[in-house]
Amino acid sequence: MELLDIINVGLFAAALRMATPIAFAALGGIFSERVGIVNIGLEGMMLTGAFAGVTASFFSGNPWLGVLAAVLVGGLLGLLHALLTVKFVVNQIVSGTGINIFALGFTAYMCQNLWGSRGASESVQGLKAISIPLLKDIPILGDIIGEHTPLVYIMLIVTVLSYILLFKTPTGLRIRAVGEHPAAADTAGINVLRMKYLCVMISGMFAGLGGAFLSLGHLNLFAWGMTGGRGFIALAAMILGQWMPFGAFGASLLFGFADAFQMRLQALGLLPPQIILTIPYLLTVAVLAGVVRRATPPSDYKPYVKE
Amino acid sequence: MPERIEEKDLGAERLLRRFFVKFKSGLRRMLPQVLAILLAFLVGAIVLLITGYSPVDAYTVMITGAFGDVFGIGQTLTQATPIIFTALAFLFASKGGLFNIGAEGQLLIGGFIAALVGISFNGLPSFVHLPMALLTGTLAGGIWGLIPAILKTKLGAHEVITTMMLSYVALYVTGYMVNYPYKAPGWVAQTIPVALSAELPRILQPTQLSAAIILAIILVAVTYYVLFRTAFGYEVRAIGLNPTAAESNGINVKRGMILALFVSGAMAGLGGAGEVLGVHRRFIEGFSPGYGWDGLAVALVGGLNPVGALLAAVLFGALRSGGMVMTRVTHVPLDIISILQALVIIFAAAPMLIKYLIKKGRIKRWSF
Amino acid sequence: MISAVEMVGITKTFPGVIANDKIDFVVEKGEIHGLLGENGAGKTVLMSILYGLYRPDEGKIFVHGNEVKIDGPNIAIQLGIGMVHQHFMLVPSLTVAENIILGREPAKNKVLLDIERALKDLEGFCGRYRLEVDLKSPIYTLPVGTQQRVEILKTLYRGADILILDEPTSVLTPSEVEELFKALIALKTQGKTVIFISHKLKEVLAICDRITVLRRGKVVGTVKANETNVDDLAQMMVGRNVFLTFKKKEVSSKEVVLRVENLKAINDRGLPALRGITFEVHASEILGVAGVEGNGQTELVDVLMGVRKSEGKTLLENTDISEKTPGDRIRLGISHIPEDRNKNGLILDFSVMENLILGSQNEPPFTSDKVRLNLKEASNYASRLIKDFSIKTPSQETPARHLSGGTQQKVIVAREFSRKPKLIIASQPTRGLDVGATEYVRTKLVEMRDQGCAVLLISADLDEIWALSDRIAVIYEGEIVAIKDPETTNDQEIGLLMTGGKSA
Repeated sequence: MELLDIINVGLFAAALRMATPIAFAALGGIFSERVGIVNIGLEGMMLTGAFAGVTASFFSGNPWLGVLAAVLVGGLLGLLHALLTVKFVVNQIVSGTGINIFALGFTAYMCQNLWGSRGASESVQGLKAISIPLLKDIPILGDIIGEHTPLVYIMLIVTVLSYILLFKTPTGLRIRAVGEHPAAADTAGINVLRMKYLCVMISGMFAGLGGAFLSLGHLNLFAWGMTGGRGFIALAAMILGQWMPFGAFGASLLFGFADAFQMRLQALGLLPPQIILTIPYLLTVAVLAGVVRRATPPSDYKPYVKE
Repeated sequence: MPERIEEKDLGAERLLRRFFVKFKSGLRRMLPQVLAILLAFLVGAIVLLITGYSPVDAYTVMITGAFGDVFGIGQTLTQATPIIFTALAFLFASKGGLFNIGAEGQLLIGGFIAALVGISFNGLPSFVHLPMALLTGTLAGGIWGLIPAILKTKLGAHEVITTMMLSYVALYVTGYMVNYPYKAPGWVAQTIPVALSAELPRILQPTQLSAAIILAIILVAVTYYVLFRTAFGYEVRAIGLNPTAAESNGINVKRGMILALFVSGAMAGLGGAGEVLGVHRRFIEGFSPGYGWDGLAVALVGGLNPVGALLAAVLFGALRSGGMVMTRVTHVPLDIISILQALVIIFAAAPMLIKYLIKKGRIKRWSF
Repeated sequence: MISAVEMVGITKTFPGVIANDKIDFVVEKGEIHGLLGENGAGKTVLMSILYGLYRPDEGKIFVHGNEVKIDGPNIAIQLGIGMVHQHFMLVPSLTVAENIILGREPAKNKVLLDIERALKDLEGFCGRYRLEVDLKSPIYTLPVGTQQRVEILKTLYRGADILILDEPTSVLTPSEVEELFKALIALKTQGKTVIFISHKLKEVLAICDRITVLRRGKVVGTVKANETNVDDLAQMMVGRNVFLTFKKKEVSSKEVVLRVENLKAINDRGLPALRGITFEVHASEILGVAGVEGNGQTELVDVLMGVRKSEGKTLLENTDISEKTPGDRIRLGISHIPEDRNKNGLILDFSVMENLILGSQNEPPFTSDKVRLNLKEASNYASRLIKDFSIKTPSQETPARHLSGGTQQKVIVAREFSRKPKLIIASQPTRGLDVGATEYVRTKLVEMRDQGCAVLLISADLDEIWALSDRIAVIYEGEIVAIKDPETTNDQEIGLLMTGGKSA
């Protein structure tokens, strides 16, 4: 067996694929934290999104309706998180953790109800891969990015759009102000609470998209706990990327690479699966330990209460 | 000496009266948590109804399953035991301002190391082997908590993510151990049984309830004592409430955080060791159906104080043991328990939400 | 003539206190109107109501003759009212331009931020109102005086013709105050109306046309600046002539308790804060460090307490303590009254008793055999301190959060002074306190000094420095520029030194 069996163009293509859900969730994390709310519940929002996607696709036969469902459900959970943390002043980490536990239980419960098994659903119509004509013909690079599920391309587009939104539009300026100094934003006449609700909802929507990728863009079914901690890894990617869309994307690629690499090793049976499975998690810890540049984001996480 | 006798009587009566006042005020303070639990069950009932099950049936079977007979009570307490440990673990860390959500992993590591010590030595007397196994399990859990602590204090890595990640690592590492090097012959991924000298005795036949629950109750008292009657506990609480002021006034914040997470992990580790040595007597892959997560919920529901955690753990133990009966009898998926748990967490952590709902008149206000 | 602003019968209460009590307040167009009163008199609350940050419980507001309901800042802004707060509402990592346009951003084809147009517009403003500032710098790099200019530009950009300035000079050097006054006069000639909130008598007299005095939430009176003087205003503000001087013991011993040599340190933003500080404090002496806030005082205290790294040496009674931890320093006899009592001095959710033993909690007699907390000892100690220092609290179990500001400060004073320290570092010790609490703290400081303690007093309040100090040091941009004997200097010289000027 040669090195080329492991490290080849396919690996990089797989890295981009596996980076996609993390990148989506990381973008979600950015929107939430930039407005001053920690979103530990990305994991749960992803999982529920994955489930909603499969359910909608199952009943309608249309995977795109599934994607839509994932976005809506993710957004709904995001709204819940916002409601709890902003209006009812629930501790942000507790709210997020509650959402995660809820997601795990609820998706398994409904999976059992709909398909009689809490482990996995039936196969559904997934998203078919598409290839981009001109892109595919570029040597080497074309093989890596030329043919993928549409969600991958959507992720790339959304990353760029997020950057533009955050740094080149008035709305983005307001978002950053609200997160860093809500009182200043308030006196500037910005509706701080509405911004927070909106951004956290968007955060959930992105996480839902990430979940939709896992279920509809990859396996074409729902499996118990299929997010496997990616929602948390996304947070690490966000931190590594210094709360910037492109940075988070780059970091997600790193983690996606680790994921793809780990799967290759498993397929080749080089090491016991469990040991290989630890790679992404250990990498996350290493990343968090190694990021000395800035351990705190540009935000004020205190609940903003008006008199 | 008539004077001294009088004083003694007054003392006893005063003590008793103080106990009741504290008990009543404690109950009053737990009102929001009680309401949270009721609300959670209400919403859970709605979920059951929508998906075609009868909440009345489900809940009744759950309750009778959990408390109806000796076996039920025994199982309830057995399920509650490891949860007490993980709840105390989360609680202790949170008093120090830290979020240890990796209790599950610390529990697994503690359980595995205890099993390892249990199977590795033969011919040791029980009063040496058992404490040794328990101790090493505890230390192992502590070390698993120490790693995120050091990462946080030296490198600023947020412990929420690192404890979570290490939980996954613990899951896979112990999974590896029990599928390969330490696997017992047969189909099941488990170790060989521990030596008899390392077993924690059962205390309520024919249930699985072991002496681990006694350890748990002792730990509740110890936790309370440490937090409120020692200088170390004072410092931990100070760090949790205002680390800046703590540091300005001479408290070594980094050291305090490290110790707090170590103790936290150790508690979870002990829970794992107790479960392994008392109930299963070997390490079985997947023996924990999420005790770490239960602990988190329980700590919150218990109002982040040790006695409340004890009571809430019994509740959750009942949920689990009653839940298993419920699934068997009514075929309601077991995951409704997770849903209930999540709802309890959210409602218990949202006193404002409860107040809001009370204002809206949806819940009748009780007065004590 | 229709007034610019008329507030009639305004009442606003907060839990436990009536902040504004049936206040009538009129401001004419094109005047600079001073709103004068002590801390807590209700000035900021009244103006916050005008700016829509609070809603009044009773009363009416008229702007340019029309009755209005101001539900939020955006309505105030629409009415032409702008507010420059005491604590700046500026986002640190955004640039000057970005901060100014926040909320009213010019947009290219409705979507993208048009930064070029913003810069052009703003340059025009800067010129017209003589408020020069670098539009592209991030706020956190700018000195306080410049930040204030940004705040004023913000209000002008939104079309304010009524500007409210809340304690604008509390963070400025005397020369920056001059610049500000010039700008205010320029605004007046452009037809703007200015409301100047302050507790500084002399400044209000210098710049304002008319002055309204508030005391304990009520209006005491409104006078023309040229028809009144400092003493009359002081009477109106406090109700009595306030002279704060203290009789101090004559002391002859001159042993050095604290000596710092060439201290250098950087602040939280990575910029140099201390550039080589050297001074000594003797036993039975109060060394007052005068200086405008932001010249290194905070960092100096951090270094002395051991929570900030530094170069240079710190010596306590000739022992080098430069490497010692905060805990060690406390044990060696340094006590500290922090600038920000909620952040550094108290743990608000701890009880009064727990706060009183903070810092000594792990030593005998509070801890027996290194582990167990001796609650009985702690409780007795707390009772004693509560009695000795007249701390007004329902019980020693009360959380510190529920105490008034003055009482909270007393808790800190009681705790720090009862340790019988060798050195007391008092940082803005009377900030935010009412007159009674202020007098108490100052009296206690003198008492400790008389008993042999060395006191390092750091204060932005020159009256306080003059009242208490045996020697006066001036800190400017991280250096001690002079140490003077109060008898041989005066207000002007100290003021000059505080702004970097050289003494005679």
